[in-house]
Amino acid sequence: MTAQLVVDSLSLNFRTRHGTVQALDDVSLTLGKGEIVGVVGESGSGKSVTAYAVMGLLDDTADITNGHINMGGAEILNATPDALNALRGREMAMIFQSPRTALNPIRRVGHQIEDVLREHANIPARELRREAIAALARVRIPDPERRAKAYPFELSGGMCQRVMIAMALACSPAVLIADEPTTGLGVTTQAVIMDLIRDMSRSGDMSTLLITHDLGLAGEYCDRIAVMHAGHVVEAGPTEAILTRSAHPYTRQLLAATPTPETRMDDLIAIPGSLPDLRRPLPVCRFSARCERRQPICDEPPLAWAQCGPDHVVRCRFPL
Amino acid sequence: MFIARRIVGTLPSLLGVVVVTFLLSHALPGDPAAYFAGPAANADSIASVRASLGLDRPLPVQFLHYVVDLLHGDLGNSLTTGQPVLVDLAQRLPASLELSAFAIIFAVGVAVPLGVWSATKVNGPIDHASRVLVTVSAAFPTFFVGLLLVYVFYYLLDWAPEPVGRLNEINYSPPPTITGAYTVDALLARDWSVFRAALTQLTLPAISLGLFAMAPLARITRAAMLEALGSDFVRTARANGLPTTKIVFTYAFRNALLPITSVLGMVFSFLMGSNVLIEQVFGWQGVGAYAVSAVLASDYAAVQGFVLMMAILYVLLNLAVDIAATMIDPRVRFES
Amino acid sequence: MSFATLASNTRYAFGENRLTLIAAAMLAVMAICAVLGPILAPYDPLMTNAAVKLTPPNAAHWFGTDALGRDILSRVIVAARLDLGMAISAVALSFVVGLALGAAAGYFGGWTDAVVGRVMDTIMAFPLFVLAMGIVAALGNSVLNIIIATMIINLPFYCRFARAEVNVRRELGYVEAARMGGNTALQALVNHIIPNILPPMMVQASLNMGWAILNAAGLSFIGLGVRPPTPEWGIMVSEGASYIISGEWWAFMFPGAALVAAVFSFNMLGDGLRDLLDPRKRV
Repeated sequence: MTAQLVVDSLSLNFRTRHGTVQALDDVSLTLGKGEIVGVVGESGSGKSVTAYAVMGLLDDTADITNGHINMGGAEILNATPDALNALRGREMAMIFQSPRTALNPIRRVGHQIEDVLREHANIPARELRREAIAALARVRIPDPERRAKAYPFELSGGMCQRVMIAMALACSPAVLIADEPTTGLGVTTQAVIMDLIRDMSRSGDMSTLLITHDLGLAGEYCDRIAVMHAGHVVEAGPTEAILTRSAHPYTRQLLAATPTPETRMDDLIAIPGSLPDLRRPLPVCRFSARCERRQPICDEPPLAWAQCGPDHVVRCRFPL
Repeated sequence: MFIARRIVGTLPSLLGVVVVTFLLSHALPGDPAAYFAGPAANADSIASVRASLGLDRPLPVQFLHYVVDLLHGDLGNSLTTGQPVLVDLAQRLPASLELSAFAIIFAVGVAVPLGVWSATKVNGPIDHASRVLVTVSAAFPTFFVGLLLVYVFYYLLDWAPEPVGRLNEINYSPPPTITGAYTVDALLARDWSVFRAALTQLTLPAISLGLFAMAPLARITRAAMLEALGSDFVRTARANGLPTTKIVFTYAFRNALLPITSVLGMVFSFLMGSNVLIEQVFGWQGVGAYAVSAVLASDYAAVQGFVLMMAILYVLLNLAVDIAATMIDPRVRFES
Repeated sequence: MSFATLASNTRYAFGENRLTLIAAAMLAVMAICAVLGPILAPYDPLMTNAAVKLTPPNAAHWFGTDALGRDILSRVIVAARLDLGMAISAVALSFVVGLALGAAAGYFGGWTDAVVGRVMDTIMAFPLFVLAMGIVAALGNSVLNIIIATMIINLPFYCRFARAEVNVRRELGYVEAARMGGNTALQALVNHIIPNILPPMMVQASLNMGWAILNAAGLSFIGLGVRPPTPEWGIMVSEGASYIISGEWWAFMFPGAALVAAVFSFNMLGDGLRDLLDPRKRV
């Protein structure tokens, strides 16, 4: 399968008033054509940072110390602003959580979609409005012609998310990054939105990167899953392998802490400890402090890398 | 409909303003009749003023008369000019309005672009320079700025004309009155030399008046733009590859207008107060100068008329700003 | 706030901002002038001397002399007491009355809030300097009335701030604890809430001082309150204004510069104090 998006050994730091945050270390991901890949981890694991890096949305406080990002042949990290703007919205697009605040509050949603079309699609001005309404219809918004005149505050959270999806997909990008698209939405709406994303992905042959803290959600919708912890990708592989034959202690603990229809709340086991402080000097394996299987050799560089199945890698000296 | 509600909402303010103005002049310490009769009065004239103004009646009755008079446009007569106060004010108002209008255009025209530029190039040289300028200029009294400008540009550099008011009446005569603004009327009469003369007379006073308003405007524009540029929806717009100009102007700036309009009320309050001071400095024949001589001459009806007129104008200005804000922000219209 | 945070904030407020230090120094100088004015002045500020009228700054008269031959430096120094005194009195009065009214409105709500709010709204419905002119015209042309007028127009500022701060704290844990511990509503308000809102209100006061000085100076510039021959910066600028067009700049420049220095210092001090409390509130 041809890789649509390749993140290769990406390491980056943030310069803040309270010190340098070592946000990402040696992060690698691949996204094939038409695939849905989930990036799963706790808050602060670096999954959103990776997404922002791919889109070129990081600001000046970010120092990229190593690595490449390649989007359909184009290098992202040293691209000019013009080159990035040409890619964003056309070849790659992103949707965010809290959809209502992610839309311009004083601009009608139809106009916001038209703004994207005007920039990237080659259609004459008088067709813009019709295309925007068509985009709304494609995300199954009822009565799209009337809804296009609405402001975000007049729409529900789920509707706003659909509008954002419509904006992102208006020019049929090759890659969609969805950063926690269903967080904050009701459970039924979550399912509807995720089904929509999956359908649009399949029908458009579009690759999707799904960022989420919900391993269950990723399990249901993704072809492959990458698990992140404290700026590392600790394990990556086909969904079925991750869910049933996970090799990293952290993944196992995540699974044990994720509710399913069969488990009871009492059965869930919280993961001990918390994420390490990324401003402090860090051990080679950033999970070692929380790991019951650690050995002295775990502290010796470099960070381990092992293959435990076709397309299934784990960064651990003692994979399960 | 919503606008009608806003208009009705100003009625309590208007009533409050009328009550306070009434109390200020009729609840004076000592004998109000003596004040209204003026410093040159004797016992007889004071008595006749007391009778004619009804100052011997109980206060609520006086208030009723006051309101009725107001509704008829009767603000009393000026001691110094002898004319009805309303006529005096109406004659001088266009001068003050013209001055204030130019001051606002100057202030907004400089402060807002400066604020936008500072926000888009944060911590750049323009940002630092404008922040210093704003902080320093906020410490200067308006009258001092006016005098400084006269000293530098009139006395030292000879660039500005003599600060004798709206027009140097020795060389120029005012254009035929249509709007009352000399610049506009001169343009309408196609009298280019008077237009230029009036404009040059306006420059220094308008700049002095506008400078004080620049500080809060530039500051709020910068802050509002920074907040808008850092917001979630601008991040979404960037993620969708929208061009920078569109993001800065259609997305960030329009949203920044909301906090900017909320500051306008305070800015107008400063402007109307500073107007009085600038008219003093430049010998401007507006209502401010009229009020100052009225206060010094203890011309009570004139002072009261001035305060009332300024207050009503201010309430209407705030109403206009309010309505403008609802045009910009559709959310306000839907607040029940 | 913990000592560590206060220490780090102080370092930020005064370290990263040398202006704050300069401002504090200027204020100290002006305070000394205000307190020791007549002692520091090289000449009697009221003594006229027609022979040296309108002389430019020289060795004998550092700031030059005015139209009546009085030494401007002496007058500027001595005027500090009146200018700063008027502003500080007005601000102090506004602060106390505004705090009382605002705290009551914020805490008790209901009728109190409605009435206080209505009064403050009515004051704010006027352009404030114009209202001050009206008040001085009504009450009489004196320094005391300048202070009263300045106090009245500053009142809404403190009242609204106090009301908002009290409102926020009214529902907090320690207030409830105080009530349950047997304090009456008034005791809870006075002993627990008000001490907590004093620091942010002090910041507001120092930010407001500059404006109070400008207002008082503006009123005296147009001839209200202060009469000649009293030395006061506003009236000195007014007296010196007529001589600009003949080039005698020192008469208006030095008192004007003193005003700028005073307002600037208070503004910087206010910014510095605000950073001391919470640097994140910078705009």
